[in-house]
Amino acid sequence: MPAMSTFKKSPWVVHFNCNSCNGCDIEFLACLTPVYDLERFGILHVGNPKHADVLLVTGSVNHRNARVLRNVYDQMPAPKVVVACGVCAATGGIFADGYNVLGGIDKVVPVDVFVPGCPARPEAMIDGIIRAAEILESRNTAAITSVSCRKPLHRCTPVPDSPKPV
Amino acid sequence: MITPNPTFQIALLILLAPFFGALIAGLDRKITARMQGRIGPPVLQPFYDVMKLLRKEPIVVNRIQVVYAFLHLAFMALSLILLVLGQDSLMFLFVFAFSTLALVLGGMCVRSPYSRIGSQREIMLMVAYEPVLIVLMIGMYLVNGSFLLASPIAAARPMLFTLPLIFIAVLVVLAIKLQKSPFDLATSHHAHQEIIKGLTIEYAGPYLAILEIAHFYEIALLFYLIMLFWASSLLIGALLACAAFFLMIIADNVFARLTSIWTFRFMWTGALILSLTNILWLYL
Repeated sequence: MPAMSTFKKSPWVVHFNCNSCNGCDIEFLACLTPVYDLERFGILHVGNPKHADVLLVTGSVNHRNARVLRNVYDQMPAPKVVVACGVCAATGGIFADGYNVLGGIDKVVPVDVFVPGCPARPEAMIDGIIRAAEILESRNTAAITSVSCRKPLHRCTPVPDSPKPV
Repeated sequence: MITPNPTFQIALLILLAPFFGALIAGLDRKITARMQGRIGPPVLQPFYDVMKLLRKEPIVVNRIQVVYAFLHLAFMALSLILLVLGQDSLMFLFVFAFSTLALVLGGMCVRSPYSRIGSQREIMLMVAYEPVLIVLMIGMYLVNGSFLLASPIAAARPMLFTLPLIFIAVLVVLAIKLQKSPFDLATSHHAHQEIIKGLTIEYAGPYLAILEIAHFYEIALLFYLIMLFWASSLLIGALLACAAFFLMIIADNVFARLTSIWTFRFMWTGALILSLTNILWLYL
């Protein structure tokens, strides 16, 4: 059935900079240039989480942006996947010991694909997004039948503050 | 061309027009990518996008916006039927305008400021292009002696020769309706970050797919509207429309975005005076 592979053919990505140093973000924007050309895989870089299938996060999570990241994730319609881009998004990277840093983004949202690198290379990011699209395809969408009425500003569960060893 | 059974014709239109529009949209994306030195998505990409959106979770902010999305689609399909079956041109204009109005109301009924900015810009665009379309219909009446949209097909001489200035103005309207630069300010195909897709920001999943399908109908409708300028031969009409669409893609890649007030000024001075001059010329 051709309709079964459409998620793999058109994953729309929303990019969220979560306390990143901007290195991964510049590399992600390089993916849109003619050299790498994300659109040849049907990948679109959308600015709106409501239109997106893939949430691509760069940078580590801190107390301030955990709520924002969760909000962006909650606004995306199911099925959805998360790609953590770079080591900061995976573990906190070199900022992991910072007094305000909670760690990798998996503390706040469920991560499906970790893309390594500091910064992650555009080729690795494209590979990560395509792997994420395959996961998206395998997600069960049968459960989605009824219309869900969501408030635009969804209050999320607070992230527990874990005291860090100094 | 004229099939004896209009019911059959309407059913065929409703079924085939979105496929045609999606194909044009896919070619548009491919050609745009090639112009920018990229490989670009597959030509069937708009089909994949819509099929994917239909399978996503439906999220609504309020239920009224869904009604407006369906109204937009229904009235767009209806205006295409009115156009192709050669019905009254003024009726066609009203239905077509209401279709866009439903989109605007859908954007206005949510609390997102981006959606409202997009809707207000769309209203400005409507105010900018509607007079040109009305002058087009008046021009068609003066040339063919009838407000019926079937009259250009029966005419011996292509309208391109009698309404050349109006044709130029309609090309600008085409750019506005296809959401091409420099007029893609309400919602844009390329700049997804620009007011975050404006009008369509609060539509997700299948409801966004409905807007996309309505846009495919709109593309088919505009293609047919350009074909009317050489209606005596379908082949030359189609070639004319293809050339017009190609021109739009070039313009899209060349121009930067205008502000809504500049679009308004441009349409009410340049395009409107151009088309009114054509009407004067018909009288002389």
